[in-house]
Amino acid sequence: MTASHLPTAHLLEVKDLTVDFLSLGGAFRATNGVSFHVDAGETLVILGESGSGKSVSASAIMGLIDTPPGEICSGTITYRGKNLDDCGVEERRDLNGKKIAMIFQDPLSHLNPVYPIGWQMAEVFSAHGVATGAEARTRAIDILGRVGIPEPEKRIDQYPHQFSGGQRQRIMIGMAIALRPEILIADEPTTALDVSVQAQILDLLKKLQVEDGLAIIMITHDLEVAASMADRVIVMNSGRIVEEGEARAVFENPQHSYTRTLINALPHDTADGGGRRSTAEIGKPILEVKDLNKFYGLASGFFGKNAQLHAVKDLSFSVAKGETIGIVGESGSGKSTVARVLLRLNEVSSGEALFHGRDIFQMDAKELLAFRRKVQMVFQDPYSSMNPRMTIFDIVSEPWRIHKDILDKPRWRDRVIELLGLVGLKPEHADRYPHQFSGGQRQRIAIARALACELELIVCDEAVSALDVSVQVQVIDLLAQLRDRLGLAYIFITHDLPIVRHFADRIIVMKSGAIVEHARTEDIFSNPQHAYTRQLMNATPRPKWETAPAAVSLPA
Amino acid sequence: MTIPADTKQKAAGRFQVLRLVARNKLALAAVMFLMLVVLCAIFGPWLMGNLIDKPNFRARNMAPFSLAQGWAYVLGADTLGRSLLARLIVGAQNTLGIALFAVFFSMVIGGFLGLIAGYSRGLLSSVILRVADIVMSFPSLLLALIVLFSLGPSVTNLIIVLAVTRIPIYLRTTRAEVLEVRERMFVSAAMALGAGHMRIVFRHIAPIVLPTLVTIGAIDFATVVLAESSLSFLGLGIQAPEFTWGAMVATGRGYLSNAWWIAFWPGLAILLTTLSLNILSNWWRTYADPQQRWRIELARSKKGIPEKRT
Repeated sequence: MTASHLPTAHLLEVKDLTVDFLSLGGAFRATNGVSFHVDAGETLVILGESGSGKSVSASAIMGLIDTPPGEICSGTITYRGKNLDDCGVEERRDLNGKKIAMIFQDPLSHLNPVYPIGWQMAEVFSAHGVATGAEARTRAIDILGRVGIPEPEKRIDQYPHQFSGGQRQRIMIGMAIALRPEILIADEPTTALDVSVQAQILDLLKKLQVEDGLAIIMITHDLEVAASMADRVIVMNSGRIVEEGEARAVFENPQHSYTRTLINALPHDTADGGGRRSTAEIGKPILEVKDLNKFYGLASGFFGKNAQLHAVKDLSFSVAKGETIGIVGESGSGKSTVARVLLRLNEVSSGEALFHGRDIFQMDAKELLAFRRKVQMVFQDPYSSMNPRMTIFDIVSEPWRIHKDILDKPRWRDRVIELLGLVGLKPEHADRYPHQFSGGQRQRIAIARALACELELIVCDEAVSALDVSVQVQVIDLLAQLRDRLGLAYIFITHDLPIVRHFADRIIVMKSGAIVEHARTEDIFSNPQHAYTRQLMNATPRPKWETAPAAVSLPA
Repeated sequence: MTIPADTKQKAAGRFQVLRLVARNKLALAAVMFLMLVVLCAIFGPWLMGNLIDKPNFRARNMAPFSLAQGWAYVLGADTLGRSLLARLIVGAQNTLGIALFAVFFSMVIGGFLGLIAGYSRGLLSSVILRVADIVMSFPSLLLALIVLFSLGPSVTNLIIVLAVTRIPIYLRTTRAEVLEVRERMFVSAAMALGAGHMRIVFRHIAPIVLPTLVTIGAIDFATVVLAESSLSFLGLGIQAPEFTWGAMVATGRGYLSNAWWIAFWPGLAILLTTLSLNILSNWWRTYADPQQRWRIELARSKKGIPEKRT
């Protein structure tokens, strides 16, 4: 598959790439002299935490860096021996998508919310003149099936918001592979996905790689994913490559101290972990949920039958003061719905939830306001859960604007600074805007905002899923610390079983809206009763060199 | 509204805003021109009020760029020999007054109704939208004619009519943006904090919609000035001896072949005012968005970027 006249040329080669981003404080060097290459049929993993420059390297290949603020100071990118800088705009556009495709990190913002997904997928074909009309549609249905969307014929006419996060990422992957590209750049493709879905997606990528001789450049912060995919690995930190080599060598015998730090941040399989479980005495239940049910109407056509989705089925559990309940389930299991219903963001269909003996669903406006001082939510996506036009001070102090009697206005500033300190941020951060922070910092701000109320219970909906591993650990440590100091209770909703292992006291495993297992954390991990729980635990990706010793041989 | 850059600024940031405006040559020129127009509108009648209706038959249809009749006639004179410069300066008051009030009211009312229509999903929303549809589907000039004919032409009625016919544009735009913004996560987050509907609408949604409205308002300014002139042309707008730039364009139209300057100067004034408003509203939209503001703040040092990384 390599260019015939240049047998030694790599399929794609990046040499000495240096990219600056200009900002008020001066230039920020995003990547510094980064060089790598990839050949057909091989997977190169670029590993690094957020801000390490891994995404910038990939965006440069696609020509997606905005200039300004970005500035490509040096470096060449060659595809099949051709320098991409010399290509015209048309040529480059033709290459993008057809030969080099990219999957993005955030599936929500890369699908157009106003078109059905079938239309958007068909556009991939028509934009490149491959197929139009009915044929494009057939192909789109075919691809939806391949990426694991159930009932593709029916769902092709639905809109992005009708799919779960995981399904949207599958659709994105489907669009990327639709034209059978030669190079696939995957920027954190499975970060927000369920473990079992993640395994399927990784398998799908591997299958495609074998079938089409696809070269994959995979960008990830997840070491397990990296290990399961990589032939070769590049480890990046602060814009530089700190380590590179064959995957197995890097993982089993890391040379650089940063690589070792990363590997140590993995949740370890030791039985009694980091001691983040609550030490406080478990008190009386503050929240008792009984027989919670939630239905969503699916297709509400004018003459059509109203299909219903039973999102939560007869859910019952209780939370005591100082206790952490982990609700674990994959996307579509109804776990986020539980959170939204409990906070009255969505209406409940039936059931009751007693908060200090009072049914949340029966509360009038005044009681609800009082309830919302006691119970707060930390949302999954730290990028969209804050108003981009408000400063951090405004965001954190908003609870006091709403509940006027918590704190006098003159003391707001001091208290905001105190809260920021509590979650590990600096006083001068108060006057900045959310977009100036990293994901982990934003989640800390969200926690600070929640703490501004007189809290008893925090509902964390996938609060750490979008963060780097080392940052996840920090945020969970922070939550555990706050729980012990302030006697908080948590409902910690996540798709990632290992995360709650050292944090939750009890774990509820949900599948398709119903509880399949509900037990103490130790019991779940030592003796899982339900097959689904076991499946969740075994879905963690395994290193490539262990699963398929002779799968893909590297081209010379 | 004249200087949108100043409408929503905290006192502390005021000087910084001016400094940032000064950095952008285009925005600075726009601000200076608008300030000149505003000064004319305020002090014009006091300075040159006696010149506007003084016929000077020696200067009838006098061509511009001649000082033969004194500096007041440097832009030429109209068919009655009245100084165009004086009429331009004095006309600024009526023109700006009518257009600004009309744009302001239609923006505020349209924006407000749009917020309601977008945020509430009930009957109220449908009623607002249908009424807007009716206003939109009715030819606006015809509507204006009927209203002004029955109510009698006056400046107040003119402003009301112009405002009402433009409301649906703001209403529709606002509603469309609100529908998108209300689904964002931070709105849910505010609800979970216990924020009431008023707070969500005015603190969270409105600030995101406002820059769009201001931009439309700036563009709409010219439309309103011209709509007002066509009404004046039909005798239902502003009544002589009062006049506006639009009315000046309308009367000068008949003499385009032999005295182009009668229509040209007021036309240029309308064009430059609208253009300035546009430039400034664009500038402000960038400034008001924290994620875009660096574009303005960075413009200072185009090449002088420090090499060191932070």
